[in-house]
Amino acid sequence: MIVARRNAVAGWLLLLVLMAVTLLPFASMFTSALFPSGTYPLGLSWPSHPHWGNFVAAFQDANMGQMLVSSTSIVAGVVPISLVMATLAGFALGHLKVRGGQVAFLLFVLGLTLPLEGVIVPIYYEMRDFGLLGSRWAIILPLIGLFMPFGVYWMRAHFVNAPAQLSEAARVDGATTWQLFWRVHVPLARPALTSLGILLSVWTWNQFLLAIVLVDDPTNRTMAGSLGAFQGQWGTNIPLLSAGSLLILAPTLLLFVLFQRHFVVALLQGSLKG
Amino acid sequence: MRPSRARGAARHAWLFVVPAVSAYALFVLWPIVQTFKYSFYNWDGVSTATWAGWQNYKTVFSNSQLLAVIGHSFELMLFFSAVPIILGLAVATVMRRFATGRVSAVARTVLFLPQVVPLVAAGIAWSWMLSSTGAVDEVLTHIGLGSLAQAWLGGFNTALPAVGVIGAWVLLGLCTVLLLTGMSKIDPMLYEAAQLDGASPLREFISITLPELRQEIGVCVTVTVIAALSAFDIVYISTQGGPGNATMVPGLEIYELAFYNRQVGLASALAVVLMALVLACIMPVQWLTKRGARP
Repeated sequence: MIVARRNAVAGWLLLLVLMAVTLLPFASMFTSALFPSGTYPLGLSWPSHPHWGNFVAAFQDANMGQMLVSSTSIVAGVVPISLVMATLAGFALGHLKVRGGQVAFLLFVLGLTLPLEGVIVPIYYEMRDFGLLGSRWAIILPLIGLFMPFGVYWMRAHFVNAPAQLSEAARVDGATTWQLFWRVHVPLARPALTSLGILLSVWTWNQFLLAIVLVDDPTNRTMAGSLGAFQGQWGTNIPLLSAGSLLILAPTLLLFVLFQRHFVVALLQGSLKG
Repeated sequence: MRPSRARGAARHAWLFVVPAVSAYALFVLWPIVQTFKYSFYNWDGVSTATWAGWQNYKTVFSNSQLLAVIGHSFELMLFFSAVPIILGLAVATVMRRFATGRVSAVARTVLFLPQVVPLVAAGIAWSWMLSSTGAVDEVLTHIGLGSLAQAWLGGFNTALPAVGVIGAWVLLGLCTVLLLTGMSKIDPMLYEAAQLDGASPLREFISITLPELRQEIGVCVTVTVIAALSAFDIVYISTQGGPGNATMVPGLEIYELAFYNRQVGLASALAVVLMALVLACIMPVQWLTKRGARP
C-alpha cells in the first residue's frame, strides 16, 4: 500500500515536471515579449510595466499580414491538389487493384523515408530551370510531389478496407469506374480525407527548408520560412522576436486547441502508418 | 461480359494513378536520380561540370570534418530517440496506472503541443531559454545549481547535447501518446494473471508491457531516428552548426556546401550517403518489429 502510494507520488511528480518543461518555452517567450523592445530581460521574470504594444510592433515590422496571406495561399495551393491526386491513386491501388500496382505502391513506400535534404539541391536547379525561383509555385509544386508517398499510402490504407460488395452492387446498377469512385467511395472516405487534410496543412505551414532555399522574399514564404527570416532580422531584440514568434504560432495553436482530437488522431495515425 | 468489363476497369484504373505518379516522378524520383548524377561531378552550379568519378565519395569518407558531421547525427539519435522513448514509456505507464480520464486528457494535450508548432519556433524559443540570461540558467540558480549556469548553445561540449534536448522536447509528446495508445490495446487479462502470480509492477512492465508494445516502440524508433538523421530546422535556427563545427549535421552541411560553398558535387555525395544511412537504420527496425507484429 505504502509502496503503491510512493510510486503514485513519484509518477505524478514526473508527469508534472515534464508538463512544466513542455510549457516552459512558451511561458518564457510570453514574459519576454512584454519587456521593452531592445532590452535583455531575464528568462522568466514578469515586467513591471508590460509592453503589450510589442505585439503590434512585431506584427507591423514583420509585415505579418502579408506573411499570413502568403502562407495561406501556399496551403491552398498544396493541400487540395495533393488530396485529389492521393485519393485517385489510393483508390486505384487499394480498391481497383491495378495490374502493376504493387510496384507503384512499393515505389511510393520507399519515398516515405526520404529526407528532404537528399533532393533539395536538384529541386533548386529544377525550379531555376522552370523559372520559378522566388515565386510561391517553387514551394507548392515540389511539396505536392513530396507529399505523394504519404498521401497515397494513407488513402490506399483507407480504400483497402472499403467493402467490395458496395462496388459490386454499384457495378450491377451500371456505374462507371468514375461514378463508382466519385459517387460511392469518396463520400465514404471523408474522415480519412479530413485527417490527411489537417496533416498536410500543418506540414505545409511548418515547411522551412524548401522556403529558405527556393524563395528569398520572406513575405512569399510559408510561416516557418518567414519566421526564420524574422529571427535573422530581430535575432538580438529578444522582446520583439518573442512577440513575433508568438504571433506566428497563434494560428496553429488556435487550430490545435479547436480541433485537438482530429489533430492528435491524425498525427498519431500518420506516424503509425509512416 | 464480366471479364471484358473488369479489363476495361483496369485500363481506366491506370489513369487514376497517373497524376500522383507524375508529381512524384517530377519532384522526387527525378531529383533523386539527379542527386546521384551530381555526386559524380565537380560543379559550382554555374559553369560546366567536370567528371569527378568517386572522388566526392572518397572525400565524404576521408575528410575528418565531414565524418564528424555524420557522427554528430548519431549522437543526436541518443537525444532524439532514446530519451523520448524511455521517458515516454515512463510517462505513459504513469498515465495509464494513476491518471484519471480528465487529467490524462490535459496531460496528453500539453505534451503534444510541441508537435504542432514549427520546429523553427521551437528553435527560437529554446535558443533564448538556453542563453546565459535564459530561463534554464535562472531555474538552475533558483535550485542552487547556479555554478552550472552557462550559455549552453555556445560551449563546444554543451552545444550538441543542448540541441539534442530541443529535439527530445519536440518528440517526447508524440512518443508518449503513441505508446499510450499501444498500452490501451493490451489485454487487461494479462496484467490480472500477472498480479495473481504476485508479479511486481517492474516485472509486469518487463514481461508484459514491453513485449506487447514492440510495434509501437518500433514506430517511435523509426520516426525519431529519421528526425535525428535529417535534423535541419532546429540546428539552423539555434546554432547554425556552431560553435566551430560542434553541432554541424548532414542536412545543414549539404545546404551550406551546395548553396554557400558552391560544391554541388560534394553536397550531393553527402546527400546520397544520408539517404543510404536513413535506409540502413530503418530497415532493421522495420524487420525486427514487423516480424512479431500483432495481427
